Amino acid sequence: MSIILTERAAQEVKTILGQQNLPADKTYLRLGVKGGGCSGFSYSLDLTESKGEHDEEIELHGIKCIVDPKSYLYLNGVTLDFRDEVMGRGFVFNNPNASHTCGCGSSFTA
Amino acid sequence: MSAADRDIVVGIDLGTTNSLVAVCDEAGPRLLRDNNGESLIPSFLAFGPDGRVLIGQEAKAHAVENPTSTIFSIKRLMGRGFDELTATGELAQLPYAVVQRVAQIGAETRDMAAVEINGRLMTPPELSALVLREMRERATRQLGREVRKAVITVPAYFDDAQRQATRDAGRIAGLEVLRIINEPTAAALAYGLGLRGSAVPTTPRTEHEASLSLLNLASQCPSGAMPADQAARASTAGESLIAVYDLGGGTFDVSILRLMEGVFEVLSTHGDTRLGGDDLDREIIHLVQREVREQFGLTIDSPATRQALRTLAENVKVRLSTEPSAKLEIDLGRGRVYSRTISREEFEGLIAPWVERTINSCRHALADARLEVGGLDQVVMVGGSTRIPLVRKRVEEAFGRRPYTAINPDEVVALGAAVQAGILGGIRHDALLLDVIPLSLGIETLGGAMGKLILRNSRIPCQATERFSTFVDGQTNVRINVLQGERELVRDCRSLGEFQLRGIPPMPAGLPRILVTFLIDENGILNVSAREERSGQEAGIQIVPTHGLTRDEVRRMEMESYAHAREDMTAHRLIDLRNQVAFDTHKAEQMLARAGHLLEPTEKEGVNSAITELRQLAETSEDADLLHQSLDAFDRRTVRLAELAITMALKQEDA
Repeated sequence: MSIILTERAAQEVKTILGQQNLPADKTYLRLGVKGGGCSGFSYSLDLTESKGEHDEEIELHGIKCIVDPKSYLYLNGVTLDFRDEVMGRGFVFNNPNASHTCGCGSSFTA
Repeated sequence: MSAADRDIVVGIDLGTTNSLVAVCDEAGPRLLRDNNGESLIPSFLAFGPDGRVLIGQEAKAHAVENPTSTIFSIKRLMGRGFDELTATGELAQLPYAVVQRVAQIGAETRDMAAVEINGRLMTPPELSALVLREMRERATRQLGREVRKAVITVPAYFDDAQRQATRDAGRIAGLEVLRIINEPTAAALAYGLGLRGSAVPTTPRTEHEASLSLLNLASQCPSGAMPADQAARASTAGESLIAVYDLGGGTFDVSILRLMEGVFEVLSTHGDTRLGGDDLDREIIHLVQREVREQFGLTIDSPATRQALRTLAENVKVRLSTEPSAKLEIDLGRGRVYSRTISREEFEGLIAPWVERTINSCRHALADARLEVGGLDQVVMVGGSTRIPLVRKRVEEAFGRRPYTAINPDEVVALGAAVQAGILGGIRHDALLLDVIPLSLGIETLGGAMGKLILRNSRIPCQATERFSTFVDGQTNVRINVLQGERELVRDCRSLGEFQLRGIPPMPAGLPRILVTFLIDENGILNVSAREERSGQEAGIQIVPTHGLTRDEVRRMEMESYAHAREDMTAHRLIDLRNQVAFDTHKAEQMLARAGHLLEPTEKEGVNSAITELRQLAETSEDADLLHQSLDAFDRRTVRLAELAITMALKQEDA
């Protein structure tokens, strides 16, 4: 599976794990794609302890990332970054599969 | 032991006016219905002079013409002595003959009541057994296997003698009664309360998930997905307190239960065995009788018209639970027609005294259980009359908690009895009582796509809100179809229920702000609500999403969604893009009508042909990328028109 998690994004996830008192060894970062959004589909992020038997898994910078097979079609090759700028603070997906991306970086079309 | 070797155990709600039978399999409890889909069997018996006995609907139809040989309300006689029934005035209410029978059991003399029909004496358990046998036969027919075992429900206030009489009735009907359980307990079981104890302990869902998604999506994406706040409360381990409010056809009771480690205990019970939906019907009947007398000088009170009036009144009552008003009309003959409209407010005024009596009982029950308002964890509704909005509102106020109404209140007790039966029969009823959502939940969006609000594997409790709008100018109604499934199109998902949001003030398409919220509480009960923000109009529905769902089905849906992932996503995208085309071209036409005269003729022609071309492409092309690029291009071709239209609108505002 080819997913890139930038160090800043990983750091932010770790911060949240710490704030929420979540066990790093048992918690997964689930990346997904969901229909509906400002320009078609949107990304979803979730911290969860439940991993499906068909999920793809990859560990990046000490974070266990999982993606379901359907979302994987669109997420293979994606980079998850974290930005802290005047325009907004949050996780941002950079997707080479996306032919169009809306301004907020949370919706895309492939 | 395989499923086929196991004895089937059914759950039976043996009611005063109606009885039901249900069974539980891996997909959860379900009612056994007759060929017409009817689950209720009226607890009525009609004895013909030839010795033939009619049971159920057929017997009920005879009640008017054969009052002395039609037997009903047997439950009121079960396990009670003749003297006791006379003293409480119970017997005076029954049109058939009840006599005293003194039985000698060992050294003890027992006072018993028996019913005299065509010169023959029958005990209440014998009569109840006839109804039970009918249900046993229905179950055997429906399941294709002999049914010999049952769980039967009784009111929480039944004493030992009444419970024993119920057991006897089962035995006479050829049923081994594995357990007698309380009706309120059954209702709680139907909602899955008390079943989750054995599952993995629920770790409270924390804030991070929402904050993660919120950062990413909601704050920056104006029309996109907006995952919202967390549900306020996580499930607490240990004790839970439940109120069950049961307003049936002829009886009312409320019980407070304590649930500890899967065991239910009745803390208090209160009620009125002579208060029910029939009293509410009677208010309408009296109103009609009075007005007919005033307007036409007629008295309508013959047995046949009384029956017709009862049916009419019940219809009006049922309609007023969903409609703001109901029209009623009676042809009195010779051109005289009584006609009037009754509003929900007026009906509520009529029934308020009855409802307040039940609310008083609720207060008593709370006090007897030494509880404060707001001290309860759940409130469960039972009985057809709990569909009345006023009842729901007052119960919510009395207990300080929104009641559970997701399951049909006529069927909830039988379904709960089946859950208990399933446990005793070794069925894995709790297969889907997980602490995560087994399949995604969402609503139907324009064009037949499934818009997901809560994704599968989300932890419960959880909540999601998204904003929707109208698509047609002046649209005042929106239908919300609640869906479950992993696929992208409505036709490949399961519909869990739907409702209408009405009364949206007419506005241009896209202007109303309709917030749809999915809230799943700690017991997995789903509340869907829709609220139009500008007008405050609100509507909603409550659902048990796991009912009728098996593990295999969940697995199948999951695998299918992977197999069809690419085509599904493309189909969903095409639907969304085509909607966008329809919306954008319509807006462009409106702008042309307003500001078209400000454009050069060639520019105007350009916009017109752009509209035609884009619409044609949307109709014929299956290429989503091309359509998307064309939409962008259309945007650019109409930029000047949009600017002119906006400038014009601003000028008009200034003036």
